[in-house]
Amino acid sequence: MSELASGARVVRALGARSIRQTFRRPQLISPIVVFPTLLLAIQTGGAGAGIELPGFPPVQSFLQFMLAGSMMQSMMLAGNSGGIAFAVDIEMGFTDRLFASPIPRFAIVLGRLAGTAALGLFASLWFLAIGLIFGAHIEGGVPGALLAIALITASAIAVGGIGAAIALRTGSASVVQGLFPLVLVVLFLSSAFFPQELMIEPAKTIAEYNPFSFIVEGVREPIISGVEARPTLEAVAAIAGILLLGLGLSARALRHRLRTG
Amino acid sequence: MEAATATRAPAVPAWRTNLATIAALVARAKNELLRVPGAAIPGVLAPTIFFLGLNGVFGSLIHLNGFGVSSYESFIVPVSMLQGAGFTGAAAGVNLARDYEQGWVDRLLVSPAPRWVLLGGNVLAASARAFVPATFVLAIGFLIGVQWPGLDGLVVCYLMVAAMAAVAACWGSMLALHYKSQSAAPLMQAGMMALVLLTPAYAPLELLQPWLEKVANINPVTNVIEAARQGFIGSVTWHDTWPGLLAVTGLLALLGALALREMRRTNV
Repeated sequence: MSELASGARVVRALGARSIRQTFRRPQLISPIVVFPTLLLAIQTGGAGAGIELPGFPPVQSFLQFMLAGSMMQSMMLAGNSGGIAFAVDIEMGFTDRLFASPIPRFAIVLGRLAGTAALGLFASLWFLAIGLIFGAHIEGGVPGALLAIALITASAIAVGGIGAAIALRTGSASVVQGLFPLVLVVLFLSSAFFPQELMIEPAKTIAEYNPFSFIVEGVREPIISGVEARPTLEAVAAIAGILLLGLGLSARALRHRLRTG
Repeated sequence: MEAATATRAPAVPAWRTNLATIAALVARAKNELLRVPGAAIPGVLAPTIFFLGLNGVFGSLIHLNGFGVSSYESFIVPVSMLQGAGFTGAAAGVNLARDYEQGWVDRLLVSPAPRWVLLGGNVLAASARAFVPATFVLAIGFLIGVQWPGLDGLVVCYLMVAAMAAVAACWGSMLALHYKSQSAAPLMQAGMMALVLLTPAYAPLELLQPWLEKVANINPVTNVIEAARQGFIGSVTWHDTWPGLLAVTGLLALLGALALREMRRTNV
């Protein structure tokens, strides 16, 4: 068997393990499903009248507008949960056993990221299903839905890379868990939940430059309007930037862990 | 025999022993706060982030017809204070589950202290701890322009915060003793989050979507939010205060009874 095929098998096995691990532990799955769904319901019901404000983009409903934000929230928390589970593996010595086995080192990180990507895929399908059940239209049709799913899945890999890097560097689940509020900060300081033009300063200005705003707009556009090149390309560029950062930091943290033990 | 009777110490009344036990449990929670201050950070950060985040994101909702309030930060600050109380109370449940896993609850249960005293200590400690996030959020609020609610408004708001923390602690303790595992933590937190936010938290009742308006109308915490909020957006009246007091009393009686039932069912 070639080295690449062997590496792919390891990635698949570790990815499947991380998915099972997430669904078996309520602490890991609830941030991905329960909290974003609850917040979607509360924000849609509580701030839904906001679509009547002058300057709000034309949308069918606030639920339709919010779907992209909820997918983003779920995806980011999936990245955080993946980091926590990776750190738990390090604390319990499971990762050390993987380091000692004859498998490529990169496959250990990629396996975790494959699992996070699958959870991102699950999150996008979950919220699209909720949207459709409660009457939201996907203006971009099937291609639009597929584009939103692809962008969220790719974002999950990018964000998961940062979570994996922190887990590898610190080896502490509580440190990675401590990043949970940071996820909320990043989301509130983006256009995930409201149009950037209608936000209050300084959140408005920060949201304008927040790379996660570009991703959420790329996911939102096919849902509320249709597939368009510019927001899609901006989202892809933002994802690529975060992915490079995440993978770079992961590679560095992996080398550091192997060197120091 | 007579000599033994003569030297026996006078019996301490039960109420004094119970009070001392509750005070010891509250002091234990206080020590935890002082010795591991880092553990309190998430409980303080989360409502603060929600407060600043919601204000930044949804602040322009005040321009909607019928909103009737000129400052969104004043409108939302009591919600974040109550949210902090909910998180703190739920954390008391998580800590109880941790104590159970580590065998500390077993030791309490074999002690002669009545079950309600053990529960009371945990619940009162949560009420006291809730003042930390509430005060932090309020201080941040004043910095960004929250209106002074008046002394009466402040007292009513803090009363609601302490009572909501007690309600959340009863809820968390009930789940902790039922599941006997920290894995129930998301349920404790999500339950409180839903209870506090399925209310006119983001906007007045009339501006909520019809389904949420119906839910908020039957959710007793709506009365708690409105009582806590009144001083920040207007003046304090008995008309807006008593429904809040009644709601927290009812919730405390119900969830306290359920938590006590779980505690009585818990065997060593």
